[in-house]
Amino acid sequence: MAKVLMKGNEAMALAAIKGGCDAFFGYPITPQNEVPEYLSYHMKEYGRVFVQAESEVAAINMVYGAAGAGARVLTSSSSPGIALKQEGISYMAGSQLPAVIINVMRGGPGLGSIQPSQGDYNQVTRGGGNGDYHVLSFGPETLQETVDLVRQAFDIADYYRNPVMIAVDGLIGQMMEPVDLDNEIPKMDLPPKDWAANGKSGERGKRNTIVSLHLDTQGLEGHNLALKKKYDEMVEKEQRYEMIQTDDADIVIVAYGTVARVVRSVIETLREEGIKVGLLRPITLWPFPEKAFEKLPESAKMLLTVEMSLGQMHQDVRMVNEGKRKLAFYGRAGGIVPEADEIADEVRKLVGGSPA
Amino acid sequence: MKAQTIYKPTEGLTERQLTYCPGCTHGIIHKLIGEVLVEQGLLDTAVGIASVGCSVMSYEFFNCDTQQAAHGRAPAVATGIKRVNPEATVFTYQGDGDLASIGLAEIVHSAHRGENITVIFVNNAIYGMTGGQMAPTTLIGQKTTTSPRGREQAEAGLPLRMSEMLATVPGATYLERVSVHDPKHIRKAKKALQKAFDVQTKKQGFSMIEFISTCPVNWGMTPQDSLNWAVDQMIPYYPLGLFKDATKEEN
Repeated sequence: MAKVLMKGNEAMALAAIKGGCDAFFGYPITPQNEVPEYLSYHMKEYGRVFVQAESEVAAINMVYGAAGAGARVLTSSSSPGIALKQEGISYMAGSQLPAVIINVMRGGPGLGSIQPSQGDYNQVTRGGGNGDYHVLSFGPETLQETVDLVRQAFDIADYYRNPVMIAVDGLIGQMMEPVDLDNEIPKMDLPPKDWAANGKSGERGKRNTIVSLHLDTQGLEGHNLALKKKYDEMVEKEQRYEMIQTDDADIVIVAYGTVARVVRSVIETLREEGIKVGLLRPITLWPFPEKAFEKLPESAKMLLTVEMSLGQMHQDVRMVNEGKRKLAFYGRAGGIVPEADEIADEVRKLVGGSPA
Repeated sequence: MKAQTIYKPTEGLTERQLTYCPGCTHGIIHKLIGEVLVEQGLLDTAVGIASVGCSVMSYEFFNCDTQQAAHGRAPAVATGIKRVNPEATVFTYQGDGDLASIGLAEIVHSAHRGENITVIFVNNAIYGMTGGQMAPTTLIGQKTTTSPRGREQAEAGLPLRMSEMLATVPGATYLERVSVHDPKHIRKAKKALQKAFDVQTKKQGFSMIEFISTCPVNWGMTPQDSLNWAVDQMIPYYPLGLFKDATKEEN
């Protein structure tokens, strides 16, 4: 298929259908409403399931049920709605169930705003619910990258039997860009879901149970360690990132999502002024791409984290850096997307120049 | 004389020993569900949803596929399973704290959508598992660990009648309240369960059977006194009977 011009949320919805999504359960919240709206019409054409739930809490528990029954399931929401879903996401991680969750992030805390934000970084990368677990999370930059990841996410979730989250700021959900939804994407070899509790115990010859309860302390610790092993495998295999003009950089900006797009033009401007600046762009937010930082050149004496939140990802940069390089931070909140000029000025200040 | 088998446990339950307190009626209700699933040939296609509370371990007891749900969310979990596997027989097993308090939205909306699932609602007017706290179903004057002077209407309102409430929901198909305090009522309860699963098999929509149950340990009574209390105190407030049968309206 040639490229088509689509709105971010609708493109993600179609990408989910193309990724083999069997069922969608969701609840309205701005700025992600075009995802359920699109699916409410189109899932039927493919003989698949769409349910508008009574709440985000119900929706994620429908996802838990359908995933437990072996289906490829999607839900989408935005920040406060994701907060409500965290109980179910924790249950899915504990029960080792796959699902794909789209989070079109808006400003917070509380009801916050409906403008774009990256203020969910912590709830996206720290599990978000109770217990020791992780959600494999992506923070894509363009609509093409977003839809490619949505299509791959179902395989990745099935492979690890773990929830996978696509976390985009509201801008990516709301903007239009040309996308190809039939390009080649990596496919994974997946075993049959012989663990699913789908009402076929007769056919199977044994009953299956989906549960996250382990009352025996040794048993639960064993389960926790088994999950940890899986998360270690994700850390080893799944770190994704892009490095742009970092080879000779004196200062490297760390940014993801929409902010990374703005930083690309900042780099052009500053390089013309002779300031050697590069971009390290995390694509996976968890696992955080530690490997990328190992590849930075000696010349890079300083890292500047820029995000649409007040230093959430910066905490990870600080941890990975382990005191090696000077660190700086620039963030905007409240639904404000930082402009190229203000980021460029921040860099000029840091390298000792004066604002243009 | 040669030994003959005149009674054996239902194959609808596993051989796992039940975890319920002596004298509680969960055991009888489990047995009835197991028997009905076997008799109607549904065990091999069934998925049971365990909730949070005394029956949390029921995923170990029903001899079919099972899934354990977060507190109150069993009807949402059942919705997910049933929508992607319409041929499966999906039932939830929930207590009154789970269904009538934290899970109120999920039960009302699954009835509202007319989900083709069967809900087993066990009402013993108290939170059993957590040690006997007040539930929405606790009777006026009933002492619990969080209503130590007895439930007062001014503070906690009047007990919630779920079957009556759900009977006002247009999407619900079959709602009946039963009791298992004596053999006659146990037989009647089994008939209600048969009907509820029959409604699901015929794809007629949402069915719920509410069981009046007992909690000797947290009520502070002997098993027999508990059964008497259920009859004398609970049934007058929670009358037994059929609250809705939309299958008749269809005929």
